Amino acid sequence: MQIKLKAGYQDLLIPLLSIITSLIIGAVIIWASGANVYAAYKGLWQGAFGSARAIAETFVGTTPYILTGLAVAFGFRCGLFNIGAEGQLYAGALAAAYIGYALHGLPHFIHLPIAIIAGIAAGGIWGAIPGYLKAKTGAHEVINTIMMNHIMIRLTDFLVKNPMLDPKASVPRTPYILKTAYLPKIIPGLRLHWGFILAILAIFLIYFLLFKTKTGFEIRTVGLNQDAAQYAGMNISKNFVLAMAISGGLAGLAGAGEVLGLNYNLPAAFVSGFGFDAIAIALLAKSNPLAVFPSAMLWAALRNGAGLMQIRAQISIDLINIVQAFVIMFIAAPRIVRWVYRIKAEKEKAGILLTKGWGK
Amino acid sequence: MADEILLLKGISKSFPGVLANDSIDFALKKSEIHSLLGENGAGKTTLMNILYGLYTPDAGEIFINGKKAVIHSPADALSQGIGMVHQHFMLIPTMTVCENIILGNESKKNGLINVEESHSRIETLSKRYSFNLNPTDLVKDLPIGTQQRVEILKALYREASILILDEPTSVLTPQESKELFNILRSLKAEGKSIIFISHKLKEVLEISDNITVLRDGKGVGSVSPSNTDEPQLARMMVGREVILKVSKQKMQRGKPVLQVKNLNVYDRRGVRVVNGISFTVHEGEIFGMAGVQGNGQTELVEALTGLLSFESGEISIDGTGLRGNNPREVFELGTAHIPEDRQKHGLVLPYPIRDNLILCSYYKAPFSKRLSLNFPYITESSNKLMEEFDIKAPGILTTTETLSGGNQQKTVVARELAREIRLLIASQPTRGLDVGSIEYIHKKIVETRDSGHAVLLVSSELDEILSLSDTIGVIYKGQIVKTLSYYEATKDKLGLLMAGIVSET
Repeated sequence: MQIKLKAGYQDLLIPLLSIITSLIIGAVIIWASGANVYAAYKGLWQGAFGSARAIAETFVGTTPYILTGLAVAFGFRCGLFNIGAEGQLYAGALAAAYIGYALHGLPHFIHLPIAIIAGIAAGGIWGAIPGYLKAKTGAHEVINTIMMNHIMIRLTDFLVKNPMLDPKASVPRTPYILKTAYLPKIIPGLRLHWGFILAILAIFLIYFLLFKTKTGFEIRTVGLNQDAAQYAGMNISKNFVLAMAISGGLAGLAGAGEVLGLNYNLPAAFVSGFGFDAIAIALLAKSNPLAVFPSAMLWAALRNGAGLMQIRAQISIDLINIVQAFVIMFIAAPRIVRWVYRIKAEKEKAGILLTKGWGK
Repeated sequence: MADEILLLKGISKSFPGVLANDSIDFALKKSEIHSLLGENGAGKTTLMNILYGLYTPDAGEIFINGKKAVIHSPADALSQGIGMVHQHFMLIPTMTVCENIILGNESKKNGLINVEESHSRIETLSKRYSFNLNPTDLVKDLPIGTQQRVEILKALYREASILILDEPTSVLTPQESKELFNILRSLKAEGKSIIFISHKLKEVLEISDNITVLRDGKGVGSVSPSNTDEPQLARMMVGREVILKVSKQKMQRGKPVLQVKNLNVYDRRGVRVVNGISFTVHEGEIFGMAGVQGNGQTELVEALTGLLSFESGEISIDGTGLRGNNPREVFELGTAHIPEDRQKHGLVLPYPIRDNLILCSYYKAPFSKRLSLNFPYITESSNKLMEEFDIKAPGILTTTETLSGGNQQKTVVARELAREIRLLIASQPTRGLDVGSIEYIHKKIVETRDSGHAVLLVSSELDEILSLSDTIGVIYKGQIVKTLSYYEATKDKLGLLMAGIVSET
């Protein structure tokens, strides 16, 4: 028996089935390792959504995922594979932290926006550089963004431990930012901060930009067919740089949010990884800004619930990595899901081309 | 019947919203060249895809040599002796002829591919049908006509006795088409049966033993070429009288619009392909540039439309000189361009029709207001264009990729002719299109000229050049070897000029 579906449903069904299948595989692994599957998944659920505190924490984790997910998705829309979201995030965190602790005597409603803008700008510049290199020389953004990641992460480490080091701190970190640079909490007592609201706003902004403006039309056209874009008189180079700058800006905002809303400083031990998970999130959302929200939330829920799952079922927290890895695999190879569930696709719809060869 | 090698009976197939095949019957005799004729969207490709196992029919049966056959995949089809040569080749350019032919069907010796056996089998087959193929040549170094022969040999290597050829001459020069027909005749003499899918009435009449016409998913009838002619076939295909010869008013020539002086253009590999070309196109004139593909026309048009920079010389539109390499500059000077490759330059296939219709104009008011796109206006204007230019599709949000070639080209034409222009550059505008669409596009080109605009028509179809042009320039090796008026030109004269033979004309 073959399941034949209307074309639109497949876009929703395949990702959904990928997630479910991955969870099933996770369950099998849990069972094989001798642990209690029910306890494990109950713990996962409760850890992510079981209380007001848990939900707030999940949203806290969702915030950087939304922004970096949008960043990568936006790059994909222009035919660019931005692996540099991580480095752009660090750049944003660095800039926001500096503005946060170095500028004194400014009222809240000026200091905070400046810090946020600094974070966006830093990420934007860090993203624009590989965009410019691609436009000028054809150098592939995959290679350059990976290298830029290394540069920024090491640079951050150096700066935090040296010129930006707080001499009075017991661990290597920047000074705490001033209260006038804080992103306020949404609900006092919980860690959820206004960065979450900014992330939601970013979703709608990016959606509007991509689908309702001239600029978005150009960016998408360049991403779908460079030859036609050229024929239409669009400036390919300009769009590459712009797309990478916006992408970098979003990732920079993610970094700024973590510093200004959560940690209030930038420690040398700053742990991220958001920029890399963002690739999976963007793929799962099929580069659709609106779909980035559930996709990001899923990832955050898995991360957040993993802790409680580990405690309740006595299994390694790495199991979550396995589940996530399977989701990524199924998204990258939807044929597998199709084959398992016997879903036939009569006409292959044109997808978004992720990357093409080395340089042009 | 005894000599019936293939019978399709009552084949029906529908896709969401479209009945592609409606109870079609088709019979192929052994050693017969049977043409399948029809407009784009008539159902020919669907029918052949069913035969080749790419689709399963909703109803109907297939009989091979009188026995009921079940075909679930191309592998099934091949194992039952059916081979297909697609319009767009499925070859790997960086591999050799031999590697391409044996791909998926390698003969092995001790776990390693038996190269000698493969080579010798290919050489034997190649000699038998006079294909002149060298197994060790790389496919990307071969001319298109030879690449096509590799595709055909792929099917013969798998011992296909039924060959389906989908629009085989659409990529060939007239010379290569002649060679292909000779090959088809020798295949027929060897007992192969051939299904020839085509739009081109003249060729179908020349090569076929039998012709079946499809229209709107239904079979309209089968005729023998000796009993029919072009007008009758066109009538069967379209369902009404088709004007095969374009009627135009007398030319009312006005001021010069496009002036090209001593233009030199280098192609992307650094070779000079346009050598000091000069010509002028006036208002109310159709200037037809005739030539075999590969003589610099493609690069000339790209230079004129800003897709390629030019080395030296002048291009001016209404007296304004072009700086070059800037499509928007050309657009702003009132030039419309129907590109040679509509899927590459002309359209963004994943976009809805609406977005393709605003592809060039999106940045100007009233299509956009400040930063945003003005969707109410865009929607209204797109709906009007769809109706005016007869684009057959469910709506403006239909994905362009799903349209037939003819409707895709109409989308391009609609976009280009929707605004006030001074110059239309049409490059191979009816390539790959069916009779109905060709008639439509030709009508639009003549309308443009009759409205007092200038038209540059670049085409390798001599019939098209002869029926549309007021002035004809023949391009050979990047230069115009001769310019003539339409009443001086004959097919023979042009044929000689296109081959570079200038002397006695």
